[in-house]
Amino acid sequence: MARMKFLCDADRCIECNACVTACKNENDVPWGINRRRVVTINDGKPGERSVSMACMHCTDAPCAAVCPVDCFYTTEDAVVLHSKELCIGCGYCFYACPFGAPQYPKVGNFGSRGKMDKCTYCAGGPEDDLSAAEQAAYGSNRLAEGKLPLCAEMCSTKALLAGDHEMISEIYKERVSKRGYGSGAWGWKTAYKETINV
Amino acid sequence: MVAFQRSWGLAAALAIALVIVVSGDALAQSGQPTSVNPTASSVKEGQLLDALKPPGSGPSAVTGRVSIPDTKSSVLIQPAGRDWRQIRQETLPFYGAIAILGMLAALVIFYLIRGRIAIDGGPSGRTILRFASADRFAHWLTASTFILLALSGLNLTFGRKLLLPLIGPEAFTALSQAGKFVHNYGSFAFALGVVLMILLWLKDNIPSGADLAWFSKGGGLIGSDHPPAGRFNGGQKVIFWVVVIGGVALSITGYSLMFPFVFTDIAGLQEANMLHGLIAVGMVAVILAHIYIGSVGMEGAFDAMGKGEVDLNWAKQHHALWVEKTEMKGKGAATPAE
Repeated sequence: MARMKFLCDADRCIECNACVTACKNENDVPWGINRRRVVTINDGKPGERSVSMACMHCTDAPCAAVCPVDCFYTTEDAVVLHSKELCIGCGYCFYACPFGAPQYPKVGNFGSRGKMDKCTYCAGGPEDDLSAAEQAAYGSNRLAEGKLPLCAEMCSTKALLAGDHEMISEIYKERVSKRGYGSGAWGWKTAYKETINV
Repeated sequence: MVAFQRSWGLAAALAIALVIVVSGDALAQSGQPTSVNPTASSVKEGQLLDALKPPGSGPSAVTGRVSIPDTKSSVLIQPAGRDWRQIRQETLPFYGAIAILGMLAALVIFYLIRGRIAIDGGPSGRTILRFASADRFAHWLTASTFILLALSGLNLTFGRKLLLPLIGPEAFTALSQAGKFVHNYGSFAFALGVVLMILLWLKDNIPSGADLAWFSKGGGLIGSDHPPAGRFNGGQKVIFWVVVIGGVALSITGYSLMFPFVFTDIAGLQEANMLHGLIAVGMVAVILAHIYIGSVGMEGAFDAMGKGEVDLNWAKQHHALWVEKTEMKGKGAATPAE
């Protein structure tokens, strides 16, 4: 099976936030939660870069390691998913996550943490593929339909790439060698303990 | 005339375009980037991570600007999560297990050697009021909530390994979810209990010279000599200060976790969680010893917090100075402890 990853080419991202909007719309993400966000580094200074960031679906995912109720699992495509049935909303995955991916709806006692919500790589959850229950809890399951995550599919500058890591690494390498520069595969070293050398 | 000018204009445009295309091709063939490299000063992820490190500290976060309202999401990468994971997965369970199992083992060994500490000369049959109802309310409010908080907290640290395989994921989630509610709501009662204890007992828990004598004689735990003590002996004062300082520290760290991002940022939340866990396991170990000596470990001790009245012989044995002072006041056996 594929090893699915995200790659954001920061030299192409124009901070249009369409990935953020597409994600919210495609997955009916609740109010106050952003599964994906665009962060601008060195804003207004030389070397300004924007990076679209969501769950990176890490190798040896920290969230899964620290979860007190063991609600995470990794799919055959190496996508890190979790069960909202089992999640208790303790917040531990958020402390551990290097990318700030886990989000909590402001429900439950003290309005602080409901059941965690994060990027599913448009791959739904533990419920049956493409079922209504899955759609309601996790959003769409585009992977089961043979499609890639919508954020990457509709990226206007093709800055955000999703797919098997060999394929997207190859695309990125080709780009960098053609244009002569590249600021790196953001977050890869942290998420996968490897990066793309070009 | 107009047509002539237009054709001249066209020719000029074509010539310019041709020059651009040709020079562009030439550049592309030589493998050189176009005249200006727009990212000559661009940063690479690794450089930025290094550059943003505060001097003399560990890995820091890469932070930028976001245009969504959730400003805390401007932290792009925070490698400190790795350290937190290490503490949560390795350090805390390791020291927690040592502290709790070590204390239990020590108590068993102590019981086997020393046995139940008896009242010298047996119970007298006369009792003296040691803790009035307000004292006992504060004690049991704190004690009962502490046990619930400790069990629900230990479940978060050890439950996945010990309990989850036994009862299955659904039951374990139901239990842990209930534990979270108990932990969050029970904390308020616990904090109130600690405040009551400070108000009721602080004045009798100021360390004094008698405590040094008490500790130098092993507090009567080792040997049969019972050093004189006031209302609270050295050991009880230690318990008091552990509960007060520990309880306040657990409250501060706990409430900053219960209301995320109200008091602190992600780094602060990680630190609060580490401190909360490490302080809590330490307190569990100390309280285990307290429970032991207040129940099975010593004859007559439980009555102090159980009924509130203790046997006079027990009081003379363990709190000679307090009995003297109480009787000096001439109020006799029916007077509550001051």
